[in-house]
Amino acid sequence: MPLSAYLTLAALVFCIGLFGTVTRRNTVGILLGIELMLNAVNINLVAFSRFRGIDVGMVFTLFAICITVAEVALGLAIVILLFRTRRTATADHVDWLKG
Amino acid sequence: MLSDPVTLALIALLLPAAAFVIIGTLPPLRRSGRPAAYFSIACMLGAFSAAILGWSAGRGAAEPVRAVWSWLPSAAGPFATVGVLVDAQSSAMLLLVTLVALLVQVYSTAYLHDEPAPALGRYYALQSLFAFSMMGVVLAPTMLQLFICWELVGVCSCLLIGFWYRKPEAARAALKAFWVTKAGDVGLLIGIVLLHRTTGTFDLLEMRQMAESGLIPLAGLSLITFCIYLGAMGKSAQFPLHVWLPDAMEGPTPVSALIHAATMVTAGVYLLVRLEWLFALTPDVLAIVAWIGALTALLAAILACVQNDIKRVLAYSTVSQLGYMMAAIGAGFAAAGFLHLLTHGIFKALLFLGAGAVIHAVHSNDITDMGGLARKMPQTAITFLIGTLSLAGIPLFAGFVSKEEILGAVWTGGFVVPFAMLLLAAFLTAFYMFRVVFLAFFGSRKPEAGSGKPVAHPHDAPFVMTGPLWLLALSAMAIGIYFTMHTPEAEFHPPAWLAPAAVGVAAAGILLAWLTYQRQIVSADMLATLFAPIRAAAEHKFWLDDIYGAIYRYALLAFSRVVGWVDRYLVDGVLNVVSAWTLDGGDYLRRIQTGKVQDYVWALAFGLLGLMAWIGVAW
Repeated sequence: MPLSAYLTLAALVFCIGLFGTVTRRNTVGILLGIELMLNAVNINLVAFSRFRGIDVGMVFTLFAICITVAEVALGLAIVILLFRTRRTATADHVDWLKG
Repeated sequence: MLSDPVTLALIALLLPAAAFVIIGTLPPLRRSGRPAAYFSIACMLGAFSAAILGWSAGRGAAEPVRAVWSWLPSAAGPFATVGVLVDAQSSAMLLLVTLVALLVQVYSTAYLHDEPAPALGRYYALQSLFAFSMMGVVLAPTMLQLFICWELVGVCSCLLIGFWYRKPEAARAALKAFWVTKAGDVGLLIGIVLLHRTTGTFDLLEMRQMAESGLIPLAGLSLITFCIYLGAMGKSAQFPLHVWLPDAMEGPTPVSALIHAATMVTAGVYLLVRLEWLFALTPDVLAIVAWIGALTALLAAILACVQNDIKRVLAYSTVSQLGYMMAAIGAGFAAAGFLHLLTHGIFKALLFLGAGAVIHAVHSNDITDMGGLARKMPQTAITFLIGTLSLAGIPLFAGFVSKEEILGAVWTGGFVVPFAMLLLAAFLTAFYMFRVVFLAFFGSRKPEAGSGKPVAHPHDAPFVMTGPLWLLALSAMAIGIYFTMHTPEAEFHPPAWLAPAAVGVAAAGILLAWLTYQRQIVSADMLATLFAPIRAAAEHKFWLDDIYGAIYRYALLAFSRVVGWVDRYLVDGVLNVVSAWTLDGGDYLRRIQTGKVQDYVWALAFGLLGLMAWIGVAW
């Protein structure tokens, strides 16, 4: 399979993730969307590393996965805290920064 | 060392400055009052001794000596210098200033006996500062130092007029004096700056050399000298800027004697005497000086005739005599004006201190409250009479020679109408002064005529007050006798009929006052009706205060209203519109900030997309 196939897949996954991030009302759904976008990036990295024969891309992917895990843990913690204090997990209800 | 005139002048200059600094910076000393007074007097005594020594040491030297220090350095030599310049004029003036200042300070210890101690300390601190600044003016070798000290003198005058600052009239008078003299000082400052631009120096001696070798361009010089004259006009109370001096009488009487009779008000005359060589280049300005001087002398003499306040009579008399000095300078004979400055300083200080002794005894300024005081206070009466005779210009007294010199100078200068005005003023001078003498010291007190205040047995003041009176009276007589015997070498020869005419006019004034107020052969009411229009005008002070008030009210306030409207509606309006737009804009723009996290993600993602698309298109 050519490189473009992988890149197309990655772009598709990224768009699905972005769509989810922008449209989901539940904060957990938004986090899921963010995960999808990150993984799309990972696909890109692995694909390029494979086709160009540069192993550094693989290493970066591993790092990215690790950091994603940490980020998700942090994000979920925020969601839980939000739920505890505001009794809601809906993103639209959180608009304290409204001008 | 102690025979060097410059060192002596410096000692005289710096001793009062030291007294001011020490009294001013040591609150315990200042609040203790009397010790501060004695300290200030001691310093003044030192200054006076130094002035005497310096005068006798420098009498033989014809050339001016000076010492200057660089003050504002610049690339091409010092821009400004300070120091002392000792010559015949400044050492004579220094002697007058220190003598009167010393006597006034001594006199004040008794006059201000009832003042609380802190007020007394403040008084003596200001007196010392005044003495320093006045000597600074007298000894100034540069125009810049002269101007600085000139302003310091004005500040001291304002603060001392307002010594009783809880009294509203005194506070008003202090401000009035400050503002009116300031109006003239603006002219002086402009004149000094213009002069510096023309000559490139502030130094009096250098300027004089330039003037005498014809290096000063004549174009525009009239404007410069006129500006400088404006400063002198404000300080020396020339018409129409004289209005502050009568009001300045709200201050303590010793202050009036020192500042508003003998020294500060003569600073303007002194300035013109100093710059005689400069003014000689602009005869048109000198003519203005002469005419205004004569006009001032006459108008102030008329005003003095209708005053009942003894200090105000003396104040108008001072204005009138300053007019004489200015007239002599304007006629081109500054030496005559300077001589009158010195003699006038002595006898007018004497008159003011005498008036102070009377006020101290009677507790009233009104001459109708007085009467028959000659029996009760013989010493004051005799000394006051000597001062009055000097002022009237009677031979053997101090004012005679100097006044005759001035009349001769104005006549020789070719100013016939001013000469006539001065002669009339001399008649009025004798009349109004003897009116005071007859009403206050002779005759009997008419309780129904005065303000009806009870007078507790008036008596002569203590020695610290009569001592200065006698000293000044003896000086006035000594000067008068000396000059009557040795007529000063005049630069001109007045006509032979001048002296008899001057004395005759003065005698006529005295006679009229005697007939009116002593013998009451000529009724005062008849005189009043005879000169009704002039009297009405004089009682309204020639409406000058009203004119100034009207100018203030209609011109200045109207102008201020226009300026205020422009500020409020044009300047502020533009700002208000801009700020309203900013507020409205912010109100619209704030709606972008929804606070919802997904909107931000949306904006971020599509913003990035748009940016990349733009970069792609640009490439």
